Amino acid sequence: MDPILQTEKLCHTYSSGTPFQHDALVDVDFAAYPGEYLGIIGRTGSGKSTLIQHLNGLLKPTSGRVLLNGQDIWSDKAFTRSARFQVGLVFQFPEYQLFAETVYKDIAFGPKNMGLDEGEIDRRVRRAAGFVGLDEALLDKSPFELSGGQKRRAAIAGVIAMEPRVLVLDEPTAGLDPSGSEEILSNIRAYQQEQQATIILVSHSMEEVAQNVDRLVVICDGRLRYSGTPREVFSHGPELEAMGLGVPQMTRVFHRLRGLGLPVDSSVYTVEQARDAVLAALAGKEGR
Amino acid sequence: MALKDITLGQYFPGDSPVHRLDPRTKLLITILYIVALFLAKGPAAYLVLIAVLGAYIAVSRVRLKALFKGLRPILILIIFTALLNLFYTSGQVLWQWGFLKITVEGLWSALFMVLRIVLLICCTFLLTYTTSPIMLTDGLENLLGPLKKLKLPIHELAMMMSIALRFIPTLIEETDKIMSAQRARGADFDTGNLVQRAKALIPILIPLFISAFRRADELAVSMECRCYHGGEGRTHLRQLRYRAADWMFLCMGLVLCVGVWLLRRLAL
Repeated sequence: MDPILQTEKLCHTYSSGTPFQHDALVDVDFAAYPGEYLGIIGRTGSGKSTLIQHLNGLLKPTSGRVLLNGQDIWSDKAFTRSARFQVGLVFQFPEYQLFAETVYKDIAFGPKNMGLDEGEIDRRVRRAAGFVGLDEALLDKSPFELSGGQKRRAAIAGVIAMEPRVLVLDEPTAGLDPSGSEEILSNIRAYQQEQQATIILVSHSMEEVAQNVDRLVVICDGRLRYSGTPREVFSHGPELEAMGLGVPQMTRVFHRLRGLGLPVDSSVYTVEQARDAVLAALAGKEGR
Repeated sequence: MALKDITLGQYFPGDSPVHRLDPRTKLLITILYIVALFLAKGPAAYLVLIAVLGAYIAVSRVRLKALFKGLRPILILIIFTALLNLFYTSGQVLWQWGFLKITVEGLWSALFMVLRIVLLICCTFLLTYTTSPIMLTDGLENLLGPLKKLKLPIHELAMMMSIALRFIPTLIEETDKIMSAQRARGADFDTGNLVQRAKALIPILIPLFISAFRRADELAVSMECRCYHGGEGRTHLRQLRYRAADWMFLCMGLVLCVGVWLLRRLAL
């Protein structure tokens, strides 16, 4: 399958020619495939935010290319603009970008910029609000009257309303309580499934990534280090710890159990897998 | 132009003799230089001023590229000044086309005005490039200290200035972030007529104001938590002290001023 979004030898240097010069990305070859749920993990300052801003053409590569459906997004101006709509980017703390008088108008900002007609805008706003679980009654309120979690949803709806093929989210659950985080993550899943969209989730939380994504890439110091299923990536436990990332708690527990000589599968990373692994180990014991 | 290119009030850390000078010295020699700049008349004086600034830049090890970058935003002002002086100074006519004429005096005055603006901007930029905002306000508070006797709120002014300087980069970064976020939703800031462009600023300005107020609130609370109560009886972590190099630079500044003044009197 051809990737929907791809980077080739992508490099980005900030403040070139000043004492603050800094290579944020070095030769990154990254690909996202249609319909997949991809995770990007890396520490603060590893370059993950810089990478995602290249995906919809907000940043121009210092060198290298970004391809959307096989076409360089910088090849012509109209395509760069259409890339902004096809690749929806939700920034960290997106609630700080709310500005309109009503939640409705704020969500409608993106679709309006796309030049859609009123009817279509209305349909998309209501649909997007539905996806993020915002009540219809809230649409006429000022975004500044909402609670923190509701503001976050409204802001995410503002991007979802453009109905992007690829939805990129930078730490969408940062600063939310566990139930709020859980809801937002399940809203994102629902969007992926209904729209057959590609989701790229940026995070530094191993647990969050492990529970949601199909595939995972690890970025460290502006370079892409690992790429594969969570199971494959988490098998590099010591290397990940050296990068300051670590593996999910469940994986760590099972590595320790194995270290104690218990015959368990140590590649688990969720509670469900852990339960199955424990049951399997117990069954094996009884069988003997 | 990317917002990050705005270098106003930016500080480039370094360890040159100029970086090590007392901030009061740097403030004073900058003032002395500006005075000399406005006293200057004739090519000789300007040559001296250019040479002095060149030497100062060399000693401070500030990169010329960074300095010229700071000039970019006022390029239009420089060009405008040059053109006005070039065409609207009366004197010996060199070239004429309709109502446009260039005079010898016009050429000189355009050159001097441009030099004056460029040197003025460069010398003030050198001050902020080589002095951290904290040192700068410490120096300013100290220099204006005597005015406290007249019940002027010098400490408060210095604190306001240091907070303002401290938040310039933060607000620029914030603006950048908000612009990116709105661009990601298809906002367009670069095309359209004046009204459309002004309207396009609303999605930036409202979140920016809200976040500025939020930051101000947080800062006020955190200052109060640390028992800040104004300048009364407040001591400084870094005590300012004049050293030999400071006196040397100050003397050179004075010599420059007097020298330029003498050149003017001698009409060289």
